[in-house]
Amino acid sequence: MLHTVNKSPFDHNTFETCLKFARQGSAVLLIEDGVYAAAAGTAVSKQVQEALKSVSIYALKPDVEARGMQNRVMDGVRLVDYGGFVDLVVEHNAVQSWL
Amino acid sequence: MAQETQDRVSKKFLYVNRKAPYGTIYALESLEVVLIGAAFEQDVSLAFVDDGVYQLTKGQDTKGLEMKNFSPTFRALEDYDVTKLYVEAEALQARGLTEADLVVPVEVVSAQRMAEIMDGQDVILSF
Repeated sequence: MLHTVNKSPFDHNTFETCLKFARQGSAVLLIEDGVYAAAAGTAVSKQVQEALKSVSIYALKPDVEARGMQNRVMDGVRLVDYGGFVDLVVEHNAVQSWL
Repeated sequence: MAQETQDRVSKKFLYVNRKAPYGTIYALESLEVVLIGAAFEQDVSLAFVDDGVYQLTKGQDTKGLEMKNFSPTFRALEDYDVTKLYVEAEALQARGLTEADLVVPVEVVSAQRMAEIMDGQDVILSF
């Protein structure tokens, strides 16, 4: 399963809920304001580090760059471009878009 | 004196920004309204709390999104005599940010001080 999250983890509990339901081995792609979850040294970084032990976490590079977060992405979170987004969709049996 | 006061009615306007840029239109709309308000020579202050602090982060590059990067516009506010920018300390801290990560000089304030600033306004517009 590929999960996408497009809300800031500081403004919504979407990311937290996504992690609650993301099973081991699934992928989480952070897009739009969701990419703020990928930043190091924040109030949610510990939660993300913990999640990285069981799920793959990706962040959409154009959204990361637009928000000036390109130098803050924590280790273990992989950046993908739009083509990489498509690849992730193709690789997984289903996509769950958390809103 | 009284006549002069009447002729030059200036109110204290506070714009409260709580949204990250780009994900929604609120941040850009707020900035547009601030610029319009400034043209009317009002006493303008800007407050950045919660995800609003993200509007001011350095290094924004929106080429990949094909959207306008409006963060440089904050640097132009000075030309409109909009110099009172207040940022909530806790909001910065929760996001791993410091004043050095922001595109313009701001006054970092506690939530308590922010509440006082809000209390001293005539008009508050929230985005």
